Amino acid sequence: MTGATAAGGGGAEPAGGPTGEKDHGIHLLQQMLRIRRFEERCAELYSHSLIRGFLHLDIGEEACAVGVIDTLSPDDAVVATYREHGHALARGISMRAAMAELEGKVEGCSRGRGGSMHLFDAATRFYGGNAIVGGGLPIAVGLALADHLQGRRAVTACFFGDGAVAEGEFHESMNLAALWHLPVLFCCENNLYAMGTALDRSESETDLSLKAAGYRVPSWEVDGMDVLAVEDSARSAVETVRAGGGPHFLELRTYRFRAHSMYDPDRYRDKAEIEQWKQRDPIPLLTERLTATGVLAEGDLERIEGEVGAEVDDAVAFAEAGTYEATEDLERFVTSEPVRAGEGS
Amino acid sequence: MSKVTYREAMRQAIREALTRDDRAFLMGEDVGRYGGCYAVSLGLLEEFGPERIRDTPLSESAFVGAGIGAALGGMRPIVEIMTVNFSLLALDQIVNNAATLSYMSGGQFNVPLVIRMTTGAGRQLAAQHSHSLEGWYAHVPGLRALAPATLEDARGMLWPAIQDPDPVIIFEHGTLYNVEGELSDDAGPVDINTAAIRRPGDDVTIITYGGTLRTGLGAAEQLAGSGVSAEVIDLRCLRPLDTATIVSSVARTHRAVIVDEGWRTGSLSAEVSARIMEEVFYDLDAPVARVCSAEVPMPYAKHLEDAAIPQVADVLAAVQMLGG
Amino acid sequence: MPSLGADMEAGTIAQWLIKPGDEVHRGGIVAVVETEKSTIEVEIFESGIVDELLVHEGESVPVGAVLAHVTSRTAEAATATASLSPPTGPFPPPPPPVAHENPVAVPTRVAPPIPAARSTVPAPVVSPVVRRLAERSGVDLATLSGSGLGGTVTRSDVERAAQPTGDEGARPEWAPGRVGPRSSPFARKLATELGVDLSTLQGSGPHGSVIERDVRLAAEVTPAETPPATVASEDRPAAMRRAIGALMARSKREIPHYYLSTTIDLTAPTAWLEQANLERPITGRLIMSVLLLKATALAVKAVPEMNGFMVDGAFAPSEAVHVGVAVSLRTGGVIAPAVHNVEHLALDDLMAGLKDLVGRARTGVLRSSEMSDPTITVTNLGDLGVEAVFGVIYPPQVALVGFGRVMERAWAQDGMLGVHPCVTATLSADHRVSDGHRGGRFLAEIDRLLQEPEKL
Repeated sequence: MTGATAAGGGGAEPAGGPTGEKDHGIHLLQQMLRIRRFEERCAELYSHSLIRGFLHLDIGEEACAVGVIDTLSPDDAVVATYREHGHALARGISMRAAMAELEGKVEGCSRGRGGSMHLFDAATRFYGGNAIVGGGLPIAVGLALADHLQGRRAVTACFFGDGAVAEGEFHESMNLAALWHLPVLFCCENNLYAMGTALDRSESETDLSLKAAGYRVPSWEVDGMDVLAVEDSARSAVETVRAGGGPHFLELRTYRFRAHSMYDPDRYRDKAEIEQWKQRDPIPLLTERLTATGVLAEGDLERIEGEVGAEVDDAVAFAEAGTYEATEDLERFVTSEPVRAGEGS
Repeated sequence: MSKVTYREAMRQAIREALTRDDRAFLMGEDVGRYGGCYAVSLGLLEEFGPERIRDTPLSESAFVGAGIGAALGGMRPIVEIMTVNFSLLALDQIVNNAATLSYMSGGQFNVPLVIRMTTGAGRQLAAQHSHSLEGWYAHVPGLRALAPATLEDARGMLWPAIQDPDPVIIFEHGTLYNVEGELSDDAGPVDINTAAIRRPGDDVTIITYGGTLRTGLGAAEQLAGSGVSAEVIDLRCLRPLDTATIVSSVARTHRAVIVDEGWRTGSLSAEVSARIMEEVFYDLDAPVARVCSAEVPMPYAKHLEDAAIPQVADVLAAVQMLGG
Repeated sequence: MPSLGADMEAGTIAQWLIKPGDEVHRGGIVAVVETEKSTIEVEIFESGIVDELLVHEGESVPVGAVLAHVTSRTAEAATATASLSPPTGPFPPPPPPVAHENPVAVPTRVAPPIPAARSTVPAPVVSPVVRRLAERSGVDLATLSGSGLGGTVTRSDVERAAQPTGDEGARPEWAPGRVGPRSSPFARKLATELGVDLSTLQGSGPHGSVIERDVRLAAEVTPAETPPATVASEDRPAAMRRAIGALMARSKREIPHYYLSTTIDLTAPTAWLEQANLERPITGRLIMSVLLLKATALAVKAVPEMNGFMVDGAFAPSEAVHVGVAVSLRTGGVIAPAVHNVEHLALDDLMAGLKDLVGRARTGVLRSSEMSDPTITVTNLGDLGVEAVFGVIYPPQVALVGFGRVMERAWAQDGMLGVHPCVTATLSADHRVSDGHRGGRFLAEIDRLLQEPEKL
């Protein structure tokens, strides 16, 4: 096995290092709460038929998106999966634009053409929302190749789940990125289930870092429920990648608390297992730690919840007040239009 | 004027692209050290270096996807896939990403990618190197599909394809690489939107593209000997189809024969036929006729392969059936 | 009932996990719901105290129906925050409308604009299938105005025209056998432009279809012989007389006629007719002419030299028997339009066809194929009291059968003299095709067939 391996678990203390500043800890908490409350509202709106299609919630996994993306700079790129609300919000897509997209409105970040699985944003270099498992990895390699060829010191963070590891595109992309020494940070959110198939029912080798090692890609196993641990590992990895260290691989060990998508009987998981993981909910975990270290003062949490709740309410109101794309414009954007909002350089 | 092969014309086009546009680079299997499996890129590695003539592993999905990513990131990649059959390994990236990203992102992103690939039969390469699947790609909104059949098009289609903000796939028929002819020294970019009338005529319109253009022209020549004046249309751009050129010709000649090396069922020829019916039905003097490949995986033995793909005699027979 | 998927329309409460008085929290699981796809836990998006459950376990309700009332913990009853619309009773039998349906109507897709038909297409524009239908159901396309795109004549236009008095709406039969020649859409268009009658042409295209070349050839040979319908009406009888004169002169000039005559005993068919008409309404009754026509058409099977055309000096026998029926016009003159495929028509259908044809012939609404494609002609002057008629063959046909008046005659049979209804049948036939022996055989066959009227 090559590369550094960060110990899982809550090794990192908020008081030490760059993550220890008071405002920063609160910032991370607030980001995770924004995702949590946003998605809880999504579930509610879905049951009211205001959101349709497939809706995959990130609840339980917020620390992965928040911890990694917080270490990126604005010039970096993000490629995500169909479970990407958290990544989009963490990256800076407004809650309004995301919610409007989920409701199919033209004010949405993909003008209502993408929906939950296809959030895009040129301004933050957020390249989607890819609903083909493994499909985003080659694109991330190409984005990194473009940065490399143009001499930009940008990093492309590519998120995918444990299911993608079974796809040929994972292996082809790891190999190509390593072969060409490209600045990609591969972030595998290992939540142990590819939809309903447990990792050990689909992989002969369940230690995913070994797979990365097979391509000489340095890998880190990280407690994906601990946002500080995630951030810590990601920060080192991103720095190394940016400095020309070639691709790195983070295995973020996490768990989704909810079903794969809204219409999922969740027959394949033990209730006790879910409860056990809920004990390690990243939000209370951070809250307790920030409280214990005195970062989070009396009333802070209520204030943050208030702010987040107001933001969610505002996003829903914005989406509901939104408009639908005129059907005459159905065929717009199949190909490019002369004046574009955002084009990579 | 210089005597050049189709292969050399294509190489000139790549050289022009890499010289004129810093963002352009070529990548694919054995495009560099080997010189390209059809020797199209021979010598370019020495000229442009390994960063811009990039050999890739045998990972069609990854390097086509990387082409998409690089295009998103501001480059102008030219990705070479050895044959259209191998492109199926990258079909996910082409159809699910290249063709959709502009639309899914509400026009925020575009994919200025060029994919070149060999297509077609005629070289006894049997059923995994010989098919004509360009019709499948022509089915997909968001892609542009080109079929250069002449030296001018081999030389001139790549530059506008690279400048196109959206993904373009160029299908090079494998039997064309050795075709030699005169090409003007200042030959340059051509349009990539329209069909071309390669031979004017009055009595029947033969519509074809790519490798079977020669078949169509050969048939037209023989028909002229028996007093039948055939017009030959080279589609050139398979998507979007230049319907106007097709239907205005058929409206004049009242008869159409489509020659397509793809299989007949659900084919590009079916699409062309349908458009003729839709637009100029009342000008037809006979049902539209099609000459396509036999519905078999392409066989190896020469006589079987010949029997499977459209020949001049097949086109003549089709024209005769129309009472032409 | 929450919507748990786009394809979920209703759900059954399998189990309640709460009861009235329980405290619930937002995000808690309150019930298990069965859908067509699976069993799913239902979460609540409110916190408070359960007032009542509105749906029993085992009961199925549509998406959007209220399942329970919950009173917010901090609020009084007036602000009860049931997440869905308030009920009208404890267990409202009809589910209330879905309260949280998307209030904004999704715009329906606008149909793409239908391109206007090209103005250069001459009217009426007719597709091949409609043309065939019109031919087979006896509708003159020229009399129709199309209701389709850009004035295209559609199938239903033809079908309507084929049912003039609102019959029970049966679609016209697609009679077996080919009637007119197939023609390409462009040949059709060109023929209209050049004034060529397509039905007179032999096709040289695929499957024998008439194509552009055939039309152009015809246009050269007969440069607009009869400009359609431009003759002033007062000139019509005169024009027709001239046309008949020219045709008959040509017939006499070109066709070496021979004539035969025989008298046929109609006792059996007369008796059969009386019996048959007892079962028929007055309007549906058969007349003797129908039997004579049918017998003639069937007799052709035995002597095919009587049925067909002389083409370029050679006889082309016809498979089908289209019997031209000579009809005298009130304005003077005679025409002999065809009843098609008489050999296949049941007597009642032949009767109807004959009535229709005579009626239309007299009002001038005939279609071109009826005028051009009889394969043999029958003339019946019996109702004028004539005993026998020796006709002139209509070129390019090769035979004409004449029937005189049905009259009672003294008739000797089996050595007994009796009074029998009889008719004199004559044959005018083309000596280039047949001779008296075959002609005699033909008349005898007609006689034989009429003696077994039940088989006609």
